[in-house]
Amino acid sequence: MASHGGQPSFLERLDRMDRRWIFLAMFVAVAAPILWVGVTGKTFPEAPTPAVQGAFDAVDSLPPGARVLISMDFDPASAGELQPMATAIVRHCVLRGHRICAMTLWPAGGPMIDGTMQDVLGDRPDWKYGEQWVNLGYRAGFEGVMKQMNSRVALAYATDVRKTPLGDIPLMKGIEGIADFDLLVSVSAGYAGAKEWVQYSVSPTLTGPRPLRFVAGSTGVQTPQLIPYYPNQMAGILGAIKGAAEYEFLVNEAVRKADPNAVVPAKFQEAQRRMAPQLFGHVLMVALIVLGNVVFVGLRGREARA
Amino acid sequence: MSRSVAVLVASVAAIAMVLSKFIVPMESAETTVAEWFNAAAAIAFVLGGASLLKMNLLAISARGPGWGYSAVTLLAFLATLGVGLLKVGVAPSVAYPGHRMSGSTDAEGGALWWLYEYAMSPITGTLFAMLAFYVASAAFRAFRAKNAAAMFLLGTAFIVLLGRTYAGVVVTSWIPADMPWVSWLRLENLSAVIMSVFTTAGTRAMIIGIAIGVAATGIKIMIGLDRSYLGAGSGGGNG
Repeated sequence: MASHGGQPSFLERLDRMDRRWIFLAMFVAVAAPILWVGVTGKTFPEAPTPAVQGAFDAVDSLPPGARVLISMDFDPASAGELQPMATAIVRHCVLRGHRICAMTLWPAGGPMIDGTMQDVLGDRPDWKYGEQWVNLGYRAGFEGVMKQMNSRVALAYATDVRKTPLGDIPLMKGIEGIADFDLLVSVSAGYAGAKEWVQYSVSPTLTGPRPLRFVAGSTGVQTPQLIPYYPNQMAGILGAIKGAAEYEFLVNEAVRKADPNAVVPAKFQEAQRRMAPQLFGHVLMVALIVLGNVVFVGLRGREARA
Repeated sequence: MSRSVAVLVASVAAIAMVLSKFIVPMESAETTVAEWFNAAAAIAFVLGGASLLKMNLLAISARGPGWGYSAVTLLAFLATLGVGLLKVGVAPSVAYPGHRMSGSTDAEGGALWWLYEYAMSPITGTLFAMLAFYVASAAFRAFRAKNAAAMFLLGTAFIVLLGRTYAGVVVTSWIPADMPWVSWLRLENLSAVIMSVFTTAGTRAMIIGIAIGVAATGIKIMIGLDRSYLGAGSGGGNG
């Protein structure tokens, strides 16, 4: 295959390129925009898709004091994609005055709840535990937990994480089954998560007197599996970091609309800040695919001529 | 004998779940079986831990290739289990300040919290992030336009990759956004069309196919024909 007196051609050298060069290119493509965003604080404008707008409207249209059950079904592995989403949704609920009941079906999901609530409520001492928000924590059983919560939440969760019986928690007064919540939100990275919530908890209520409204946020890999459920079983979907950035944009726009002088902290722009590294990462991927195919076609053409 | 009992339990549970949907007095059976399931799921964690111990102890005693990894796994497992069960470093809860073990297992400041925050969280996050490097390498070496189908796949990948970022807006910003008959050609819109039309159609087909398969498998489990869920050597195979 060597040409020009045994010296490998340019195409051949490209074909045998050490993959560490590709790793370095990806590192630069991601790191440089992160630094740029960190220094300038600039983000790209977002144009919300209907699915994200649907999710935003589902939260926004609830009256203040509405009770929202948020299941954070993810762990640190997917926090890069899902944490900004969870933060944006919780923040939106807090801004609208909704009461939040948080839970998780993932063993490592408990600290994700703590981190999110700390991020959003850290500077809101007026937001009282037990009245405006409650943390039910983790419960083993996946869809088994969902089925129990359908009939009685207390069957799955006798107490919250602080060992307070559910009946003694003001926020939980009047909550019997899951349909008593005004909205269900699942931020999920896989099983058990948004898809199971649709199948086991949301769908059975759709033909009943009190259909449960549902919004999901998911990783890019899982999103295509959820799209068929929108808009009938789901009011909206946030797909991957792009969906999170669109949602965050809508929440921040609402904040700025209410107060033009409002300064949005960087922690509430995390998804938007991650769109720049995503952009350059994707552009590099496209460039690598094109380059790989140029090499492939060039070498194949040379083989055909030889 | 033990397999027959397992098959019987599965059949009874499955039949109870089905009947609870059709016979009003049996409605509560669904909740009861869900409680059994939750208890079994919690016990499965114990079995999983025992299995992990057994497999890694065997690997260490055999001194086969990579036995050191098994030792690290065991050490990490036992250390995490120990600090979690003993609630090392956890402050008592506000409600029961006199009881050392009354605090939450993963309360901030505890040893388990520390392991989660400074070991598990960065390690799993790093592993996930490393995918970007491997996918980039695969993009260069494996995504070849060898035939028409591959070209179609690559074209779709380009549209979605660029359409999900601001690059899509920049590249096709010259297409008027206010003319519906051409605005769908903008990359961000084209990406949305691919996701909402083609992806949805394909996924729906898969969901329906899987649902039919699950229903068929469910019936086979219910009547004891399928014992594959009992694992290797169940003697029943797939019917």
